[in-house]
Amino acid sequence: MMKDFKQSILVSIWFVFLTFPLMAVRVNTTEQVVEWRWMSMVWVAIATFSLSYAWRYLLARKQAKKNEEDISHGKLQLLMEDMGFRYKAMGLLLLLALIFPLVFDTYQNTIMISALIYVVLGLGLNISVGLAGLLDLGYVAFFAVGAYSYALLNHHFGIGFWSILPVGGIFGCLFGVILGFPILRLRGDYLAIVTLGFGMIIKVVLENWSDFTFGPSGIANIDKPGLFGMDMNIDSSTTYIYYIMIALVVFTILITNRLKNSRIGRAWIALREDEIACVAMGIDMARTKLSAYALGAFWAGMVGVLFAAKTTFINPASFTFMESAIILSIVVLGGMGSILGVILGAFILILLPEYLRAFSEYRMLAFGAAMVLMMIFRPQGIISNIRTKYEYKKLTEETEHG
Amino acid sequence: MDYFLELFLGGLTRGSIYALIALGYTMVYGIIQLINFAHGEIYMIGAFVGLIVAGICTIYGFSGISVLILAAIAAIIWASAYGYTLEKIAYRPLRGAPRLSPLISAIGMSIFLQNYVLLAQTSDFLPFPNLIPDFEFMEPVAYFIGSPELVILVTTFVTMILLTLLIKKTKVGKAMRATQQDMSMARLVGINVDRIISLTFVIGSALAAIGGVLVASYIGQVNFYIGFLAGVKAFTAAVLGGIGSIPGAVLGGLVLGWTESFAAGYVSSDYEDVFAFGLLVLILILRPAGILGKARKQKV
Amino acid sequence: MKKITVLLTSVVLSFGLATAGFAADTIKLGVAGPHSGDLAPYGIPAMRAAQLVVKKINAAGGVLGKQVELLIQDDQCKPEMATNAATKLVTDGADVVLGHICSGATKAALGIYKDAKIPVMSPSATNPPLTQSGDYPNFFRTIASDDMQARLAINFTINDLGKKKIAVLHDKGDYGKGFAEFAKQFIEDSGKAEVVLFEGVTPGAMDYSSIIQKVRRENADALIWGGYHPEASKIVSQMKRKRMKAVFVSDDGVKDDSFLKVAGEAAEGAYMTGPRDLSKNELNKAAYEEFKAEYGTDPGAFYQEGYSAALALLNAIEQAGGTDYDKVVEALHTKYVETPVGDIKFDSKGDAEGVGFSVYVVENGAFKELK
Repeated sequence: MMKDFKQSILVSIWFVFLTFPLMAVRVNTTEQVVEWRWMSMVWVAIATFSLSYAWRYLLARKQAKKNEEDISHGKLQLLMEDMGFRYKAMGLLLLLALIFPLVFDTYQNTIMISALIYVVLGLGLNISVGLAGLLDLGYVAFFAVGAYSYALLNHHFGIGFWSILPVGGIFGCLFGVILGFPILRLRGDYLAIVTLGFGMIIKVVLENWSDFTFGPSGIANIDKPGLFGMDMNIDSSTTYIYYIMIALVVFTILITNRLKNSRIGRAWIALREDEIACVAMGIDMARTKLSAYALGAFWAGMVGVLFAAKTTFINPASFTFMESAIILSIVVLGGMGSILGVILGAFILILLPEYLRAFSEYRMLAFGAAMVLMMIFRPQGIISNIRTKYEYKKLTEETEHG
Repeated sequence: MDYFLELFLGGLTRGSIYALIALGYTMVYGIIQLINFAHGEIYMIGAFVGLIVAGICTIYGFSGISVLILAAIAAIIWASAYGYTLEKIAYRPLRGAPRLSPLISAIGMSIFLQNYVLLAQTSDFLPFPNLIPDFEFMEPVAYFIGSPELVILVTTFVTMILLTLLIKKTKVGKAMRATQQDMSMARLVGINVDRIISLTFVIGSALAAIGGVLVASYIGQVNFYIGFLAGVKAFTAAVLGGIGSIPGAVLGGLVLGWTESFAAGYVSSDYEDVFAFGLLVLILILRPAGILGKARKQKV
Repeated sequence: MKKITVLLTSVVLSFGLATAGFAADTIKLGVAGPHSGDLAPYGIPAMRAAQLVVKKINAAGGVLGKQVELLIQDDQCKPEMATNAATKLVTDGADVVLGHICSGATKAALGIYKDAKIPVMSPSATNPPLTQSGDYPNFFRTIASDDMQARLAINFTINDLGKKKIAVLHDKGDYGKGFAEFAKQFIEDSGKAEVVLFEGVTPGAMDYSSIIQKVRRENADALIWGGYHPEASKIVSQMKRKRMKAVFVSDDGVKDDSFLKVAGEAAEGAYMTGPRDLSKNELNKAAYEEFKAEYGTDPGAFYQEGYSAALALLNAIEQAGGTDYDKVVEALHTKYVETPVGDIKFDSKGDAEGVGFSVYVVENGAFKELK
């Protein structure tokens, strides 16, 4: 007890020293004033002192858990593993989602569409990061590919939303393959930087190739999705896009869920766990990695089409590294590999700041801190990935029923 | 020919800054195989601390190169402290975790530090006082190399020699090399591995801080966001040269600086970044371990 | 399927109508712009201007006897958030909207307002097609467009300064590149000077020495910069360091006190265009004093334009005798209104008549108006 107290005092002194120049001083060289903010030092001292206690407590708990060999089977976790409950919960959620636009106004719908877009992005990135363990820091590039393919094809040839939706996905896929090829031989860390670079290259190209992409001023007046040539006002078209988005999310969940338990899905997981063992088992590493990239990119491309149709205006400024980082934090916070976790992560990260506008300055600060804390205290995310278990039922039971 | 020389010197200046930052990446990677994504932020914090100290000094009427040295010393102290704390909080608890975990923690830390400085200071660009005097003897060549460039080149050169001496000749350096080669073996022969790792972070951060102060006084402005691009470029340089190798980081930094400079000079600055990352992809395809990196055979 | 959609539409619509009917006793002025994030300094002054105007008008009895209510929405200058903000304003029943601040965000949001028949007035979106394309009859602005700025800057460089070889650089952004492209076009059209270099630089790059060397190699006697002040400061500092004689001409994004602070001595002799100096305008002085009394600091970017837009919009409602879309637009086009940016009305495309730009030069660490 005394030791903890002493330690926390030391920690708090250390942080006061650490944050001193940045928190306590502000210089204005033109007006020749130095502003001293001593109060902030007091706050830092108090805050770090209490945080240090919390930190110690949590670390100790983590250690204790490790000793008990208990791999965090919380109540929620157990519930999730109960198949009957899962189906009921899913049905209820779907029902809620379907009546949502009838209850809330257009603004709420728009916000919900944004959140759903991030759900699909999160699920797509989940394939490469969560399942195959390939860290992609330029995921937003595929999103841009999808958005621009719709915007350009619509602008030049007037092609409609529905025909481009799959095309956007396929373009995303193609870019995934093109990016995938050179980096197949790279290990995780190199991959991170190359994908980051790729994301930046795409943005630079979008900005500079004015003749093709209309440069930084972007493309406006993109058609909204049509429904048998009906003329829709803003409310009904938002509702319409909302339903398209719900359908797309359901589609994504179904497919990614199937993929996860398929032959290739298990190959991804195996690759993530141990590359060498996996190759030794006869899995074609190149093909498996490429497919993870391409399939992950597919969703980003597809939802990019929808994004362009929703905002009716796109420019390169929407596709920055920060977006990639947000999508990554959705996957990480929600739980890598877990579909439900990613959905929950997207809702928390996108809806919370939207409703807590007053704290929006602290949003990115909290994102960053949450990523670090999550990795240390709960690396499996909010909802950890459920490993499919294959049980061998005894033959006698079978015959009894039969 | 003059034009070529100008671009060459411009690339050298930029490249030597990249090299200073890249050293931090490469040393950390060499020991714990972690990309310290928050390293660019340490560089930015160094520049900020330097700005604050230099600002206070100029307001109280001091100026000149001695203030710059004072600012650099303060920047080194605080940046090292940040580097040390960063490792303690964000990386040490994750030692032994899956490889993706510390990497994501590092990205989180980078976002956190950026916004911490944004909130604690300002989102504006702050002017960094002009502390490097125009040397008289530089006047005839001022049109292609100025005094600040000279200061940058000399400082980085001296720093790198000191670093090499530290690693090659001192006991600590020996311990660092041992830890890099085999961590558990180093522990067996009585090296305090935790201390060595902390020390690596401290040295890397100090180098970044020197880079930060030099760049800030060279371009005359500081902002919370400068760490991101510098960090990405320096990391690219480290990978280019072969991550984990100290001469590789220096070479990678210079190659990257020249690539950018010549690409902007002879082709177009529109696509400067495309050239930089294109070169990276090319090198990684041809030599996945980087120019001077040793390909490590993974054994099971 | 069709039936369901119609049903849905009617349900949604009835919700919308319900809110509109409920709120008919106030006049709702929507305000949208970046109020958080890195571009917040460009949006907050206009928001505060609207607050001050509304406070003043409400204290004097409101518009047409009704109180004015403010609906404030943050768009962070991001197109996708701007559409969210616009939808929110439309659902909340805004009668007129002051905003958005960034051209990209404005472009994204305008379609929504157009469908909902809401007049929109931006204090800062300078992108020319917003008015000139004729796509948005509901759009107005109290600031001159980029091509006007570029024309002024080029006329000044070619005719007044007599420069012949001009390098044009930009920051690859919407605003900067737009300005640079207009500048290039006007130089070529003039026939008196040539563009020796046209390139974009990466904002936030460590230094611009190679591109500055390139400008020198081309023997340019003038450098036109399209973009904002942080990069401009770096460029002028490096030009000075490389002992270059070329003059530096730029846009409104550089006419910011930060440029003077950061570039220091290197800024001396730089030219830039900016809204006409209005410090002698009585209304402008009053608006400035109001801000100073309320917040104790200088107002910041687009404050007077925001103040004027709020005045113009509310005046138009007053003149139209109600919030009917056609009448309000008609009033904006025909009736002059006294504002801090001068006595203005709006031309058929939505640009303000009576708002202009001047060329400034940096002299002894301050901006001085030339013409």
